[in-house]
Amino acid sequence: MIAAIARLGALVIAGLEDMGRLALFAGRVGVAVVMPPPRVRAFLDEVYKLGVLSLVIIGVSGFAVGMVLGLQGYNTLVRFGATNSLGAVVGLSLIRELGPVLTALLATGRAGSATAAEIGTMVATEQLDGLRMMAVDPVHLVVMPRAVAMVVVMPLLTALFIVLGLAGGWVVGVPLMGVDAGAYMASLESAVDFRDDVLGCGLKAVVFGVLVGLIATFRGYTSEPTSAGVSTATTTTVVVASVSILICDYFITALWGV
Amino acid sequence: MGQSSGRDLAVGCFVLLGLAAIAYLSVTIGGLGSNGPTGLRLVAHFDEIGGLKPRAAVVISGVKVGQVESITLGEDYRARVVLNVDPSLALPVDSTASIMTAGVLGDRYVSLQLGGETEILKDGDAIDFTESAVVLERVLGKIVHNVGGGDDGDSSSGNGKQDESSKEGGE
Amino acid sequence: MEAEPHVRLRHVRMAFGSRRVFDDLSCAFAPGKVSVVLGGSGSGKSTMLRLIAGLVRPTAGEIWVCGEDVTRLSERALGRVRRKLGMMFQNGALLDSLTVFDNLAFPLREHRALPPQAIADAVHRRLHDVGLEGVDALLPRQLSGGMTKRAALARALMMDPVVLLCDEPFSGLDPISLRRVEDLLLRVNREQGITMIVVSHHIASTVRMADNVVLLLPDRAVEGPPAALLDSDDALVRAFMREEDVAADTPFEGTA
Repeated sequence: MIAAIARLGALVIAGLEDMGRLALFAGRVGVAVVMPPPRVRAFLDEVYKLGVLSLVIIGVSGFAVGMVLGLQGYNTLVRFGATNSLGAVVGLSLIRELGPVLTALLATGRAGSATAAEIGTMVATEQLDGLRMMAVDPVHLVVMPRAVAMVVVMPLLTALFIVLGLAGGWVVGVPLMGVDAGAYMASLESAVDFRDDVLGCGLKAVVFGVLVGLIATFRGYTSEPTSAGVSTATTTTVVVASVSILICDYFITALWGV
Repeated sequence: MGQSSGRDLAVGCFVLLGLAAIAYLSVTIGGLGSNGPTGLRLVAHFDEIGGLKPRAAVVISGVKVGQVESITLGEDYRARVVLNVDPSLALPVDSTASIMTAGVLGDRYVSLQLGGETEILKDGDAIDFTESAVVLERVLGKIVHNVGGGDDGDSSSGNGKQDESSKEGGE
Repeated sequence: MEAEPHVRLRHVRMAFGSRRVFDDLSCAFAPGKVSVVLGGSGSGKSTMLRLIAGLVRPTAGEIWVCGEDVTRLSERALGRVRRKLGMMFQNGALLDSLTVFDNLAFPLREHRALPPQAIADAVHRRLHDVGLEGVDALLPRQLSGGMTKRAALARALMMDPVVLLCDEPFSGLDPISLRRVEDLLLRVNREQGITMIVVSHHIASTVRMADNVVLLLPDRAVEGPPAALLDSDDALVRAFMREEDVAADTPFEGTA
């Protein structure tokens, strides 16, 4: 019994130490952002790898989620004769919650794990040591462009997810279920407020981008230089980032006053 | 370097698409930029707003021309509603503001009917003629009270109905 | 003796947790000479190289590289020292997303503001030095083992280092490629006078190329020219150098 409690305590302490290391790492990355030279080429390459290559999964998922929202929303609203509000239901669900959260989770699985694996492999093959020997800071060249790219890419992907979701909801609601097209758009536009909904969504997307960017690069950077180490870095990234996203989502939602 | 220029093109397209999506969501859907501080502000006092909320639509002849900016309790304990409408509107000073209901779920909005005066409302003016919201419970209460009254004030609907039918029967 | 050594270890102690690698190691590497560090697995040869490069810090002791004690320097200051060093990693450690040309050009682009033509000339000159022609556009994964080693050497030489550190340059090579790399290292040393510290487990090439040998045994280090070690009074040293049949429990290996 005592041993179990002691183990729990050790786990909590280890977790806090980990968070402390992550915070220090975040500080290093932050400093690297403002130091010259600007890593434009690396940054653009990362926007391609993290953003452009995620378009398919984000687009398809967004459209699919929108379709489900349209269907479920219709089935519920039809009981109250309020199907004209379908646009509002789909739009608010996507913009307030599902858009930023699902996009971030999908991006974690696709882009976050790829980043962790890439950096972990560079550790294992001594490429980062090679950079140090050439008097180049690996955090500046390898980590920073990836983290910054993730922050930039997340709001863009989220917006595309939501727009495609709105389209998916429209496709189910209007041609399939017979909701009036004008009513769909009108209820959508009147229900969504820029300050309350869109801005809050944007804030979430940026925060999630920071989380995934830092966690993925941190795990890769501190991984054991073995193939098992790379694998652990990848899986840990997905787990830790996903949980962090969901917890942060609650706090942002609560504090934003929605 | 050929690989880079292909990628850069893809990155450029991606960023443009993303920004366009953000703009669409912000402006078209979210209403950014419309009815900001440049709107025409009018104040209306109501006895009963019945569920009217800020950002509810302000409508003329069914067309949305603005939204409700704020709702507070005035000094006379009437509801003080500030409307923010299109500044290009020319509304006569004797126009009326009524609180209407849209749809079965009871979404409230404000409808403006134009008056006949030549003088028009300016920014900050008050609308003198208002019609409060119709609240269902009060209407039902009134019907029941009118029908059941005249007796010993027993307003149970059963009695009222009986009375009415006996009255009608008598006719 | 001759001039001041470029690299000197003084009373270095190194341990990974409870595993002791060296207890009290002191040695010096004469400038302009080829020194080979020998030892069984786990004897700490690669660790010694990483200590000199400042990639790990010792538990105790001083390590002087080009007049500075790297155990006392911050990461930033280490960059200053590392510009005088070149390191040839065991697996090349070339950046896998860049072509061979870009890999070699990388240190020049980072630290020198040279026009593209000057960079291209420098890269091609080094590639020619190591006998690699026409591989500019290849990616590191497309190179054979021997080619990788030579490209890694070329990269290490790009900044005209004072000291060249080589981690197992002969590992995984067939006898012909091995001979080639060996000749290359010797030529670079003779022509450019670069101090070389080579970590190896290959006795034959050591005997051929080393001016000085540092043999790391579990409990002590033995220094001297190859000939001296071959005829050493110490039976263990002799046996190691002559690659004699040794009993399975001979204590060459460290506490790996």
